Amino acid sequence: MENRSGKMPMRPGGAGGMGGGARHMAGFTGPKVRAKDTRTTLKRLWKYLRRRSGMLFTVFGFVLLATLFTLVGPILIGRGIDAMTGGKGGVDFRSLAAIALALTCTYFLSALMTWFQTYIMIGIAQDTVWDLRSDLFSKIQTLPLRFFDGRPHGELMSRLTNDVENINNTLTQHTTQLFSSVITVLGALSMMLYLSPLLTVISLATIPVGIAITAWIARNTRKHFSAQQTVLGELNGFIEETVSGQKVVKAFCHEQESLRSFAAGNDRLKDAGIKAQVYSGIIPPMMNAINNMSFALVAWAGGWMAINGLITIGIIASFLNYSKQFARPINEIANLFNMIQSALAGAERVFEIMDEKAEFEGNEDAPSLGDAAGKVTFDNVCFGYSKEVPVLKNVSMTAEPGQTIALVGPTGAGKTTIVNLLTRFYDVDSGSIRINGTDIREVQKDSLRRALGIVLQDTYLFSDTVRENIRYGRLDASDAEVEAAARLANAEHFILRLPEGYDTVLSEDGGNLSQGQRQLLTIARAILANPAILILDEATSSVDTRTELHIQEAMLSLMKGRTSFVIAHRLSTIREADLILVIHNGEIIEKGSHKALLAAKGFYYELYTSQLRY
Amino acid sequence: MKKLAVYMKPYWKTAVLAPVMMLLEVVMDLLQPTLMASIIDRGIANGDMDYIIRTGLLMVGVAAIGMLGGAGCTLCSSIASQSFGTDLRLEMFRRIQTFSFDNLDKFNTASLITRLTSDVMQVQTVALAMMRMLVRAPLLSIGGIIMALAINPGLALILLFTVPLLVVTLAVVIKKGFPLFSAVQKKLDRLNAVMRENLTGVRVVKAFVRSGFEQERFGAANSDLRSITVRASRMVGMTMPVMMLIMNLSMVAVVWFGGLRVHAGGMQIGQVMAFINYMVQILFSLMMLAFMLIMVSRAKASVERINEVLDTDVRIKDSVNADAEPIQAGQVDFDNVSFRYEGAGGAPVLKNITFSASAGETVAILGSTGSGKSTLVNLLPRFYEPSEGHIRVDGRDLKDIKLSALRQSISLVLQESILFTGTIRENIRWGDSQASEEAIVEAAKAAQAHDFIVSFPDGYETLLGQRGVNLSGGQKQRLSIARALLKKPRILVLDDSTSAVDMVTEARIQAALKERLAGTTVFVVAQRISSVLEADKILVLEDGEIMDMGTHHELLLRCPVYQDIYHSQIGEEVV
Ligand SMILES: Nc1ncnc2c1ncn2[C@@H]1O[C@H](COP(=O)(O)OP(=O)(O)O)[C@@H](O)[C@H]1O
Ligand SMILES: Nc1ncnc2c1ncn2[C@@H]1O[C@H](COP(=O)(O)OP(=O)(O)O)[C@@H](O)[C@H]1O
Ligand SMILES: [Mg+2]
Ligand SMILES: [Mg+2]
Repeated sequence: MENRSGKMPMRPGGAGGMGGGARHMAGFTGPKVRAKDTRTTLKRLWKYLRRRSGMLFTVFGFVLLATLFTLVGPILIGRGIDAMTGGKGGVDFRSLAAIALALTCTYFLSALMTWFQTYIMIGIAQDTVWDLRSDLFSKIQTLPLRFFDGRPHGELMSRLTNDVENINNTLTQHTTQLFSSVITVLGALSMMLYLSPLLTVISLATIPVGIAITAWIARNTRKHFSAQQTVLGELNGFIEETVSGQKVVKAFCHEQESLRSFAAGNDRLKDAGIKAQVYSGIIPPMMNAINNMSFALVAWAGGWMAINGLITIGIIASFLNYSKQFARPINEIANLFNMIQSALAGAERVFEIMDEKAEFEGNEDAPSLGDAAGKVTFDNVCFGYSKEVPVLKNVSMTAEPGQTIALVGPTGAGKTTIVNLLTRFYDVDSGSIRINGTDIREVQKDSLRRALGIVLQDTYLFSDTVRENIRYGRLDASDAEVEAAARLANAEHFILRLPEGYDTVLSEDGGNLSQGQRQLLTIARAILANPAILILDEATSSVDTRTELHIQEAMLSLMKGRTSFVIAHRLSTIREADLILVIHNGEIIEKGSHKALLAAKGFYYELYTSQLRY
Repeated sequence: MKKLAVYMKPYWKTAVLAPVMMLLEVVMDLLQPTLMASIIDRGIANGDMDYIIRTGLLMVGVAAIGMLGGAGCTLCSSIASQSFGTDLRLEMFRRIQTFSFDNLDKFNTASLITRLTSDVMQVQTVALAMMRMLVRAPLLSIGGIIMALAINPGLALILLFTVPLLVVTLAVVIKKGFPLFSAVQKKLDRLNAVMRENLTGVRVVKAFVRSGFEQERFGAANSDLRSITVRASRMVGMTMPVMMLIMNLSMVAVVWFGGLRVHAGGMQIGQVMAFINYMVQILFSLMMLAFMLIMVSRAKASVERINEVLDTDVRIKDSVNADAEPIQAGQVDFDNVSFRYEGAGGAPVLKNITFSASAGETVAILGSTGSGKSTLVNLLPRFYEPSEGHIRVDGRDLKDIKLSALRQSISLVLQESILFTGTIRENIRWGDSQASEEAIVEAAKAAQAHDFIVSFPDGYETLLGQRGVNLSGGQKQRLSIARALLKKPRILVLDDSTSAVDMVTEARIQAALKERLAGTTVFVVAQRISSVLEADKILVLEDGEIMDMGTHHELLLRCPVYQDIYHSQIGEEVV
């Protein structure tokens, strides 16, 4: 299977880098890893941390103290040893006791500081991560539908969980360590300089090597972590899609194929994971070796200096001691720097979404749409989901306030697309849509959508109670209003037969209801919304005709006084409309009343007489 | 835990090699101070520059070998742990693929995703850490203890106090931490679920301007996750300082009692110093061990969640003597079938359904919304099992036929069209992965899908988004039909599969089906009388029971419900 990611005209713009998605994992050539600007990513992360800079400084203070106490310990122990130098019978118990006491205090304090620092840092990390997740979610709420069209859901979910988790790990585990390592390094460095500047310079000679190696490794670490996170996201997407389409997978005995695709992605995750782990784990042994080599250097130079009488053996010994103390945190810093790459890889993916362009920017101050029954005008509207394929061509129509407009036509003609434009799920390419004379692009979008009550062609219910699902139409509706809406939609009799009635919790996507029942609930939801303009997109397509007749009346009374758009294939639903628009290939080819259209013996006539002739 | 160890088995050599390599590094590390000491004691003291250089070179060599060991350990542990995780994930996915629908209803999708990714990652990370640390830590502590005992067994008694104290602390943390770790993963499930709902239902959220509401909902899940994670992390975070304290205090004890012994002449200062050094080593490695154990307990929460998936009892599966013989004729008999969905109380959804469909017959099922039509046809491919009664195909009980044989012979167009990310061709090919190009086009033509497919610039290569988002409802339905037709089934089920298709196209599809499906047993669930006029048998379903059964004309004469349905559609006749 070749990689077709370059070619997907059906896929609107937002789908850009998605390369065919999870299903195409087999043909996937390996993630494209952009060398992103580390500094920008760090800066943006810092912006989140900065909100808690007070806390962060407190942590820093505690780390400083804890590190100092840790350093004091060995010194006190040294004193204790000194107090014993009297040897047998000559131990100075008075000072030994004092030292033991001081030591005990030090250790208590050190433990306390460490505990504080950990305690606070965990709070900071979790608050930061909370902010990140919350911002990511809010951002996703503002993104246009185009963005979602091309993206597997699981892939986005992975960013919210797996990628953010990487950031969390680094913040909790690595930040305080980094502080304390830096402090220790500075301390040890000053001691070394004090003992022998020359040896210090020599023992530091290997540092640039260390830095160069670390930088090189870190670059690879980052690359492979990015790859790992990308593949993980895709795998997540694949799992989500396959599990939610499990019925079809089973019906078509597609388990083996799914398993194969999964295994392919899984193997790529393994490769990327191994590389990421190897690169992120290689620093400690490497730095260890470099340090040991630098000991050798110091031994050579020190030996030479000692032989030539430039330095005493004692100084070499204590110098080596300190350079060991210096080496440990240096290694740690190198290692931490490397580990942080995984957080950066995660952060990049989170920020990638945050950088997506929002649906409407700066639309908040636009005038809001009143809730008077609207006059809706389409003026020469042209639109295509992608540039190459126009879907609507020069659509013009007017719906007077209170009128019911029926849209009919073959599937794929563009009926749902008209709804999508009216709700501004997508924006027109040219021409304009006006409500009460104002272009809908100049209206505050929330007020626009609030004025519309929609039953979408694809039903969607949340895994919440039946009651809350209906209430979604109007959050402040009372229980009585919810039940009234359900009654109007002819849904009550089946709701009452559910195990818990209105309080029955629906399973995912309303899975424990029949398709028609789901539609009835979405109708109830729209009824409850009580909108100025009502849009019914094949709202009763899965409902049987007898039930449909029952809700017909409710529908008619609902449409009274509202401008309504009704899309349906069944005649009974559209016959009463004030105006019927026949859409074919994205154009309005006929319009008029039912009678007039039949009399014209055109497309409409064909459409509605054919069923009796087959 | 033990159960999962099986997945490590294929990699046991690598897994064992990792700590061995680590050992190499440790040994090399331990050599360094000795070499260093000899440089000072012999080289510098004797002014022997040659010796210094030689030993220095030796140090470099030892460092290099140590590095090889360390790098080798990293490599082996990475390979082993990642391979282990990969196999585990694959096995879980394989398992999920065998789940029946009541299994799937039990776990929700979001939770399955968390288990497959986040939980496996947890376990994998622990495996990695174990290989890197678990050998080193006990080795160093045991070595330290032996050395300490050798220096002064009396002083080593201090460890008798320290170690139990450590163990108790650890036990408390693990006991208290475990439920928290499970809770963290559960909250993660929840977060994932809210996110998923917002992605799947994005149009509804936008249409009803509910982003504020959703943000609140998400905020609640987010906050829950935060507070439980904070509690769990703080629990772990607290252990370190406490353990440190215990160890450091035992150090104070060493200094004090060491002083006493020195005073009494039982010990020398140098020995006390060495003892302290060994204590540091012992204590640090014990800490490492403790940390590992906490990680393990954390992973245990994930292991349980993974095992829940692996141990799920799949109810609908092949019985031992199931028959792989495919279905030949397609004669279907329902024998007193009743059905009730697991967990849903109240009356059964289907009651005493008895009817038969001879091979090649077309059976239409009519009935009001929720009367059980979809449920009935979902029993055919054994998506669910009848609570009572039997379903037979060609005289064989469904339970005696291998699931794959059964499902290969039955083709389903579900009421809800589900397509997958991929090209149109790939989607149709689901019906038969071996199908030729002509067969695909032919199936698309019969489903009246060919025309719109070729009208797209990329034709059959057009990429569909998840669930086929970039198609209209009727287009999706027609692709589902094409997919089902490609399979050339013995039994075809069409569950209200043209509801979004206009009448002209529907009529064409029906005509094409009639032509293609001679000899195939067809079940049609439909709303419109016009679609069932020519059926050999029409079942009228009402509240899960068969009200009546017969041909159009028979029913029109005698069945009130059918008449009712008929009258509700009378207006459809325009001429
Ligand atoms: N999200 C989308 N992205 C790309 N193309 C789309 C999208 N939605 C619909 N289309 C295409 O636009 C055309 C019109 O679809 P639609 O308006 O849904 O038809 P219908 O009249 O059946 O409601 C179809 O050819 C369909 O493939
Ligand atoms: N997965 C499920 N779990 C529990 N109840 C279900 C499930 N699917 C359907 N039901 C219930 O079974 C009844 C019959 O549904 P269904 O067979 O889909 O009806 P229809 O005749 O409209 O196709 C409905 O009342 C519905 O609520
Ligand atoms: Mg549509
Ligand atoms: Mg149904």
